[in-house]
Amino acid sequence: MVHIWAGNLGHLFVIVAFVSAVVAAFSYFKAERGLSTDWKLTARFAFYVHFAAVMGIVTVLYYIIYNNYFEYHYVWSHSSRYLPFYYKLSAFWEGQEGSFLLWIFWHVILGVIIVRTFGKWESSVMFVFSLVQAFLVSMILGVVIFNLKLGSSPFLLTRDVINAPVFEINPEFIPENGSGLNPLLQNYWMVIHPPTLFLGFAATIVPFALAISGLWTNRITDWIKHAIPWTLFASASLGLGIIMGAYWAYETLNFGGYWNWDPVENAIFVPWLILIGGIHTMLIHKKNGAAVKSSYLLIIAAFLLVVYSTFLTRSGILGDSSVHSFTDLGLSGQLLLYLLVFVGISIYLLIAKWNMIPSTEKEISTYNREFWIFIGATVLSLSAFQVILPTSIPVFNSILNNLGIQTSMAPPADQVTFYTRFQVWFGIGIALLTGIGQFFWWKNLEKGKVYKEFALPVVISLMLSTLIMVFSGLVNLPFLLLLSSGIFAIVSNGKTLIRLYSKKAGLSGGAISHIGISLMLIGILYSSGLSRVISLNRSGLMYSSDLPEEVNKENILLFQDEPVAMDDYQLSYQGRRIRLDGHAGYFTKDQFNLSNNVHYLIAKEDIKQGNIAIIPKGDTVKYNPENTYYEVKYTRQNGNNFLLYPRLQENPDMGNVVSPSIKRSALRDIYTHVTVVANEEKEWSETIEEEVQLGKTFFVNDYVSTVEGFERIEEVDGLPLQEGDVAVKAEIRIQGKTQDYYLEPVYLIRDNFAARIPDENEALGIRLTVLKIIPEKDALILGINTTQKDYIILKAIEKPYINLLWTGTIVLMIGFTVAIVRRTKDLNR
Amino acid sequence: MKKTHIFGIIIIAIAVMIIIITAGDASTYVTFKEAMRMADEGNNKKIHVVGQLKKDSEGNIQGVEVTEDRLSVSFIMVDNENMEQKVYYNEPMPPDLQRSEQVVVIGSFKEDIFVADKILLKCPSKYQEEEIKI
Repeated sequence: MVHIWAGNLGHLFVIVAFVSAVVAAFSYFKAERGLSTDWKLTARFAFYVHFAAVMGIVTVLYYIIYNNYFEYHYVWSHSSRYLPFYYKLSAFWEGQEGSFLLWIFWHVILGVIIVRTFGKWESSVMFVFSLVQAFLVSMILGVVIFNLKLGSSPFLLTRDVINAPVFEINPEFIPENGSGLNPLLQNYWMVIHPPTLFLGFAATIVPFALAISGLWTNRITDWIKHAIPWTLFASASLGLGIIMGAYWAYETLNFGGYWNWDPVENAIFVPWLILIGGIHTMLIHKKNGAAVKSSYLLIIAAFLLVVYSTFLTRSGILGDSSVHSFTDLGLSGQLLLYLLVFVGISIYLLIAKWNMIPSTEKEISTYNREFWIFIGATVLSLSAFQVILPTSIPVFNSILNNLGIQTSMAPPADQVTFYTRFQVWFGIGIALLTGIGQFFWWKNLEKGKVYKEFALPVVISLMLSTLIMVFSGLVNLPFLLLLSSGIFAIVSNGKTLIRLYSKKAGLSGGAISHIGISLMLIGILYSSGLSRVISLNRSGLMYSSDLPEEVNKENILLFQDEPVAMDDYQLSYQGRRIRLDGHAGYFTKDQFNLSNNVHYLIAKEDIKQGNIAIIPKGDTVKYNPENTYYEVKYTRQNGNNFLLYPRLQENPDMGNVVSPSIKRSALRDIYTHVTVVANEEKEWSETIEEEVQLGKTFFVNDYVSTVEGFERIEEVDGLPLQEGDVAVKAEIRIQGKTQDYYLEPVYLIRDNFAARIPDENEALGIRLTVLKIIPEKDALILGINTTQKDYIILKAIEKPYINLLWTGTIVLMIGFTVAIVRRTKDLNR
Repeated sequence: MKKTHIFGIIIIAIAVMIIIITAGDASTYVTFKEAMRMADEGNNKKIHVVGQLKKDSEGNIQGVEVTEDRLSVSFIMVDNENMEQKVYYNEPMPPDLQRSEQVVVIGSFKEDIFVADKILLKCPSKYQEEEIKI
């Protein structure tokens, strides 16, 4: 039965949420203008109605996903029956509508905090807030006014979206299963990365709304102290969200790293940089009252860039240039309007109030802390500018084409090299400035004292970098500079941290986060800048006979059971594996029989781990048939070895997805993924008949083989034999390169008819059948079929010191937390 | 001149430099004909070419050749001006290559062969399957 009520209820909540947001915006506007407190009460009431309605939408959407209501298009296209509940959460925000909803959800949570704690800022801030909220809810409104589609509702019925003949025959038809969650998103990071990222998105609105309120209500500088802890919070959650996304990409995608300078990644990285710049100018303001204009510009720009990134990723304008953009829902006009309205309001207010904003007439002194911090904010902004410019190339193309000018600009061909060329210098600048800035922050140094203060950290970091350079043979100039400036930043911030720790630990947020950033920079330098493809195949082959150049191939071909030397390792592909729900480790499919349901298997024999049978014979186990793991054994020269299990997920709807397997160790990660695998359906050769004697060796597919013996058996494949049946099992040993394999074909006689049950070995590509037994000669006639041996093509990359990046992230987050606590305390003092 | 002004001028100079370098480094979408002309002029900048795999009248894909070691592939691509061109890709054949309805190759000419560093594939059903299975 089609659950019409759920969609109707959800849609009703959406409409209530939209209307109440508009009412709240209007009433807060009136409340800010007028003296009557009635407006404020109305506004609050409207906001709480809005809050309740948003919670209602979220509940209904999760409810229909959780209960597999595939009559709803959103559920059908993003979820499926076999997803565990946590992936149903990911399904919730996989689509555009759900991710808007996630954003809206965080907004209302923040909204409640603002209503309760912002006092005399409530009305003006909540006006901006409710306005943004009305725009966001309109994105999921899904109503058509005068042929104009406003938003896309997540509560549309499948039959209304898809033109399938089945609905004409039976409108009540409900698809049996959904088309499922994109396999790439079936990862635990996709359960927590989007909420964290959207919390960061949502939090940027608080400083923005405060800045706009400041301009609007002529409280030109007051807003800054309220905005600082919120900006810190927004930067922390956005930063954490970005890194989680990077970590997810590292674990799941196969482009070989955690950051690809993809337009979608860039689009969220840029507002983060600007937000960090904004924190620094606001801190200058706290110290000496300057930098108000730059604080306005950066805080407002950060929010507008968040809206711009939403436009880039959701309007379809990026087209083919990004792997993670959403599919176009025809909302680009609405998104553009949203962007232009907020850009318009911001520019108008800034121009109207520009002359009221104080600016210092003081001459800049290089011995002044404000100078260095300001330079830092500038470097961050320039870095952001360098990233957003090429990222916007599709936008420039689109604007020019609309003006009738044909252009053919394309994004840089090699994104990573292109961006790195610039960003490495910004990284050096940022590292140096965090080091220098710390000294000046705590005391304005006199000319003469500067050298004294700096001497020790400079000497220590130069010594350390020289040592590292000598021992690691690092020769690239920008890399060396980044390394030494990173070490300098750690040493000088460390010095500050030690000094502060005993006296005013609460003030050490800056020093801690700067150490975190420097660790991250060094970690990125090593793990990306010095990452090394270790599956390099220096075959010296030509491109083709027509081409003069030699090429190195970055992948290697591994046949099962044929170890290959690679870098410092001996590599051996050991076969396909599966994983079972509720059991650790990897299993082979041969251990099971298929069942009627593709998601279930039945154990052929007792399956043991050590001596304990973990799955008794005949038990049914659940697994995901889309996933195959390719067991690869790495053996070092000293005999130490480890196993990696790169994965291939075959999803009929979404194509094949390859995910790496990573061997982590303190100093380096070995990252391995398959590029190509052999087709599972193989073609067997014509049967060759061969008479072989017991104990004599013969060759099959070039392997030395022996018939070890015959054995009479009482049951075949678990079925007891009938009266009068005779079954004989031959045991044939095949000597593989790494181990021996045994094949056991069966010859069965029933009612004078012979039945033959062949046995095959996937690894060797051999199938043997006992065609005839000649007892008088102690011999048998074997039927031999051969096929392509199972193989994989893989790529392996070494990533040194990647743990510095993750450690740095944690340190950075600790720094943010300390700073947020401190700045919140400041506010309440 | 005040220091603030000097500071402003430096920032603007850096910004302008970034714009100029970005414009210079941006790749372009071209046809094979244009790409060949660029290569003849000694311009070996990486460019984007959009097209499809060559197909016979029955829609079978023609001209895909995987090298013996299976680690690289070459294929015939037809660009939007219907010009055929052999493309070499120094990576194993992407599994979706033969299913693709549109191919974007990024690279440059080496003699008569277009060597692709990167291939973007647009596949018909990927991520937007809109068919109900009964």
